[in-house]
Amino acid sequence: MKTIHTYIIVALLIISGNSFAQQTPAGKQEGPVTIVGATAHLGNGEVIENSLIIFEDGKLIEVIDASLTKRQYPGKIINAKGKHVYPGFIAPNSTLGLVEIDAVKATVDQDEMGEMLPNIRSLIAYNAESKIVESMRPNGVLLGQIVPRGGRISGTSSIVQFDAWNWEDAVIKENDGLHINWPDFYRRGRWWRGEDPDLKANKEYQENVQNLSDFFAASKAYLDGNRDYKNLPYLAMEQVFSGDKKVYVHVDGEKEILDVIQFKKEHALSDVVIVGGYYALDVADALKKNDIPVLVNRPHSTPEQAYEDYDYPYKLANLLHEAGVLVAIESSGQMERMNTRNIPFYAGTVAAFGMNKEDALKLITLNTAKILGIDENYGSLEEGKSATLFISEGDALDMRGNILSHAFIDGREISLATHQTELWKRYSKKYEEQEGE
Amino acid sequence: MKLKLLTLGLFLCFCTAQSQEYFPKNDGVKSRNTNYTVFKNAKIHLDAKNVLEKGMFAIREGRITAVAKSINIPKNSIVIDLEGKEVYPSFIDLYTDFGIPKPKRAENGNGPQYDAGREGYYWNDHIRPDTEAIAEFSFDSKEAEKLHKAGFGVVNTHVPDGIVRGTGMLVALTPEVSEGDRILDERSSQYLSFEKSVKSRQSYPTSTMGTMALLRQAYLDAEWYARGNAKNKDLALEALNKNKNLVQIFATDNLLNEFRADKVGDEFGIQYVIVGSGNEYQRINEVKASNATYIVPLKFPDAFDVEDPYLANLLSLEEMREWNQAPANLKVLSENKVPFALTTNSIDPEKDFRTNLLKAVEYGLTKEAALAALTTIPAKTIGKEGKLGVIQEGAWANFLITSGDYFEKETTLYENWIQGEKKVLNSMDVTNITGNYDLKIDNNTYSLNISGEPSSPKTDVKLGETKIGSKISFNDNWMNLLLSSPDTTKTEFIRLVANIPSKTDTFSGKAILPDGKETRFQAVRKESTDKDKKDKKKKEDKTRSIVAVTYPNVAYGFKNQPEQQNVLFKNATVWTSEETGVLENTDVLVKNGEIVNVGQGLSAGGARVIDATGKHLTAGIIDEHSHIAASAINESGHNSSAEVTMEDVVDPTDINIYRNLAGGVTTIQLLHGSANPIGGRSAILKLKWGESADDMIFEQAPPFIKFALGENVKQSNWSGSRFPQTRMGVEQVFTDYFSRGRAYENSRNEENFRKDLEMETIVEILNGERFVTSHSYIQSEINMLMKVAEKFGFNINTFTHILEGYKVADKMKEHGVGASTFSDWWAYKYEVNDAIPYNAAIMNEVGLTVAINSDDGEMSRRLNQEAAKSVKYGGMSEEEAWKMVTINPAKLLHIDKLTGSIREGKQADLVLWNEHPLSIYAKPEKTMVDGVIYFDLERDSQMRADIRKERNELIGQMLKAKNNGVKTQPVIKKEEQRVHCDLLEEVK
Repeated sequence: MKTIHTYIIVALLIISGNSFAQQTPAGKQEGPVTIVGATAHLGNGEVIENSLIIFEDGKLIEVIDASLTKRQYPGKIINAKGKHVYPGFIAPNSTLGLVEIDAVKATVDQDEMGEMLPNIRSLIAYNAESKIVESMRPNGVLLGQIVPRGGRISGTSSIVQFDAWNWEDAVIKENDGLHINWPDFYRRGRWWRGEDPDLKANKEYQENVQNLSDFFAASKAYLDGNRDYKNLPYLAMEQVFSGDKKVYVHVDGEKEILDVIQFKKEHALSDVVIVGGYYALDVADALKKNDIPVLVNRPHSTPEQAYEDYDYPYKLANLLHEAGVLVAIESSGQMERMNTRNIPFYAGTVAAFGMNKEDALKLITLNTAKILGIDENYGSLEEGKSATLFISEGDALDMRGNILSHAFIDGREISLATHQTELWKRYSKKYEEQEGE
Repeated sequence: MKLKLLTLGLFLCFCTAQSQEYFPKNDGVKSRNTNYTVFKNAKIHLDAKNVLEKGMFAIREGRITAVAKSINIPKNSIVIDLEGKEVYPSFIDLYTDFGIPKPKRAENGNGPQYDAGREGYYWNDHIRPDTEAIAEFSFDSKEAEKLHKAGFGVVNTHVPDGIVRGTGMLVALTPEVSEGDRILDERSSQYLSFEKSVKSRQSYPTSTMGTMALLRQAYLDAEWYARGNAKNKDLALEALNKNKNLVQIFATDNLLNEFRADKVGDEFGIQYVIVGSGNEYQRINEVKASNATYIVPLKFPDAFDVEDPYLANLLSLEEMREWNQAPANLKVLSENKVPFALTTNSIDPEKDFRTNLLKAVEYGLTKEAALAALTTIPAKTIGKEGKLGVIQEGAWANFLITSGDYFEKETTLYENWIQGEKKVLNSMDVTNITGNYDLKIDNNTYSLNISGEPSSPKTDVKLGETKIGSKISFNDNWMNLLLSSPDTTKTEFIRLVANIPSKTDTFSGKAILPDGKETRFQAVRKESTDKDKKDKKKKEDKTRSIVAVTYPNVAYGFKNQPEQQNVLFKNATVWTSEETGVLENTDVLVKNGEIVNVGQGLSAGGARVIDATGKHLTAGIIDEHSHIAASAINESGHNSSAEVTMEDVVDPTDINIYRNLAGGVTTIQLLHGSANPIGGRSAILKLKWGESADDMIFEQAPPFIKFALGENVKQSNWSGSRFPQTRMGVEQVFTDYFSRGRAYENSRNEENFRKDLEMETIVEILNGERFVTSHSYIQSEINMLMKVAEKFGFNINTFTHILEGYKVADKMKEHGVGASTFSDWWAYKYEVNDAIPYNAAIMNEVGLTVAINSDDGEMSRRLNQEAAKSVKYGGMSEEEAWKMVTINPAKLLHIDKLTGSIREGKQADLVLWNEHPLSIYAKPEKTMVDGVIYFDLERDSQMRADIRKERNELIGQMLKAKNNGVKTQPVIKKEEQRVHCDLLEEVK
């Protein structure tokens, strides 16, 4: 076992023979690439054991069982026998690129002041050269939805790929979603005002919901008028009403989710997504009926209440899935940015607690793409879609198998080196040389 | 001050009944009342046990002079006939702040205050044994009246402020006498608590363990001071020595703190009287083992308002249980023969005391035990046996006269005599006229309802269905009743007058009609109707069925603690964490908590056989860096807190213990936080869910202490004002402490040697008797600490976090230090900018002993996954990776001879996994500690069902209670904090 790994390390070192602080983004795909022999996990639930994957100009042109064809393999051929190919993993509801070091305020750009901020856009603060962003790639996390935080309406997110010179190059869907932090039916005491920090019923809940509703109504009224005065927040709501900007509602409670469903009807919103959804299970039927998917918070969490099942966060995504809800996993929370690279293991944990492995894979690929509205191009290995994929030594949902040799975004072969692999090399070399002395 | 107060008392109470004999008198002639008062025909409760039917007793000048079936009545006697009435000794409350003004809070200042604010006293402002209740006391007649009504005659009072709170005083609640008469003992006791003084802003101690350490040091210092070793005057230590032989009453507010107080007491040969929380039933065996006398509040939680099911979901099972179980606390204490007294503290004595006491009786407390808890036990506790709490010759004449059994709801308290002074609560001579009557006046029959206290009745009058305005007064058994005229268009009244000298079913009198015409009226008592009975039932909180206590008394606690079993794991894939590696198809036999055989085809020999075919058996996971199961994490009041120990603050009720077991963790090092360069001593625990805090401590494990370096200790991420503020200063803190430690050790034989708990710990470190685990991030500081240690001739045992360990692994190896790190955390602070997930693999490759730890209650329950990441990051072999959460942390903790691997003779700390333990798909099915299966997947699913059922039952009970009209409280979810060592604030 150990020798195998040594080879992998050496291979990795050769591939990533680059020592800039940030990795140089790859250029456009230049000839076709053929990956042959791998077990292909398509991301849509299907598996092809001995697969043939061909892509050109960034698009997949063939994803089939290799034994079914005798055609000539075009372009660069990668023999991936015994390895696994996956569509690039997608991290929704992420703040990657908005914060570099949590404790250093100067590097934090995630929460603008104010309450109703649909006009605040994450994309323009997204740092494509973040050292944390590049650390996603060696784990197969290649795409993300970058979301502002805070306020009642936090702002507007955009979806990016993780190998770019700047935000303009990174974006794959601009202004894809509006993010609402739904009022809490109960809330923590405001300790800074001398209240107990415990959770208690929020007396202002109805009022908070009404304020939000009023804001939607006011925006609508404004947009129906002549718009002579440029009201930036209201203008940013236009795509919401036209159905071009999905509405992501960050909410956990059962009652609150029912109120969100009512809100969707009231304001005739076409696409609403629940983010978090800790107690969504209790209202799964209503969510299913109203076509509302859920981005479940990371399974690597402890239960909210001591009396709850110890494995509740582990199995929640599966239980929602079994109830017929479209589900994907998001990774917000403590230390969320650096932890986002663990999203494959979040999916793996859901599989450990009852879900079929290929269904678990969907939680970070096709389901996510569907929920984010990018499934036409991303989320699964299907002909005509973007060649955003990677080759892994083993099961990419398992820590021991998630070892990447190649990764592609839109057919471009990206570097798997990072600030961290460089330090690894640098210091491994130091000790190797010491040993040689 | 004391004298002044007494003078004041004298002026206020010049008309006292028992004026002091040697005091001059200028408002008349001296007259002393030497008469006897004799009570006869009473049912006398001589004490909690003995009753004298139809007895007699005499009092004179505040004391009882005789009690017997029949006594000689001196000629100068006033005789009171108590036919049909009962007499009880008046009650005693030992935990009050009666007559003491609320301590004044220190004004807010800028930033923390590290030094003491008082001069001439101890170095810590929260040690205030010099406080004297007598100096602040002034009789509070309003409060006294409330206590009279509840039946109390004597209270012990104190200034409720600080950790050592100084002396309390015993005072009689005698109305209308001078303070000089009331004070029974001005230095009756000394009080202590876990609460800091509000009068000082001094930071230290910020934690419960700091409080305990401070108390220990204060006791040591007092002893040292008493030997005359101090050059300075310390009025606090002098007072502490002076108060040494008083009754020591320790106030606590939760069950764990009760045990903590007792533990400190035991170390210094002091048996505290413990003011409890009311939750003693949750761990009654330990309560009993404390040998303490308890003072227990008569406070029961209100039912929660659970009508809104969403809010009800926020309620924890333990809160629901506390509501259900707490009323039976006194019964449980009594059945277990724990001596206890009762206190009105934290309740309104007038409104709640008797109601709650009767509730406790309803829940099974015997009347005898209840009475003892209010009389003989507090009397004995405060050293007044035979003088208070009894009706016997020579005792104070403190007694209650009641209409019957005190513990029956209908019973009226007539009089509370204190020091021979009568306080009338309800006149004995008042006729009880409450009830429903048909009232006939002038050809009209009204319906009259009289309710309330006999001496101040209320009325409700109807004519047919029409409500008639009415007003009643009843004085000296003369009733005046005013009725509005039945003709509501007029403002006219009917006046009724009657004398009702004794209880009767009919009474009559004169009625004066609106036109001035006089006539007779008659009232005839009616049988009470069903509706009345129903009304009466309302607002009563019916006795409910009590749910079983579990260990711990939270969700997933055990009704019956699981027992050690002899077990044969049959046909497992065994990960030995030894040189033998991974053994296929292997059996492991566990007997008496130990692994006795590892091999193939073993015979069970009576042991329970667990088929492990297709499953993996490993040693239990050991988490070198954990903060679960703790009531506090940081003592941040000083830059060194070597005197504190996490063993003092183990919280065995933390649900994370159970969750960790469900993740295969069997042993943890509970570390102090990283607020200061020299942190606190560790607690190494075995996760024996359900056991007591002390029983979880891994006794054979050697002592450890936490050090910390970097951003936290130099207070980088918030504004700090404490030394050090730079890494340069951090080095100086260590150098200073180690130098002083050496000097301290050399001074042991000096005559005025002062034992210092902090320095004792430093000496242990210097001598290699206590191992150091140091929180560390960047290479410069790692190197620094090793160099400082080397200079003082000892080794750092472990660097924890050690995220830049890979940069100085060679130097670490040379020093001989191990590493315990995260698998992949980084980017949360500037000092983790260069943290890499390859760290563990590099350090392991260089030859260090490397462990993967959690520092987090979430990650700790899947450390197997974290270990597996080293296979990905750095290509470590699976066997090596697995060792990083088993035998390697065992080595770092020096418990590798006992646990951490599967080998004959080792403690049976084992986990049975459904899968390869490093697989993402693995989950523990059984987790065993010392041969006891504390986590079992099957049992877990049974517990889930039970919890759902129990919650449902309790919610039903609360809804019923609310429906019956009892008071409810809104649902509030207590915040559970997930702690890691960057967290500075104190948690429970």
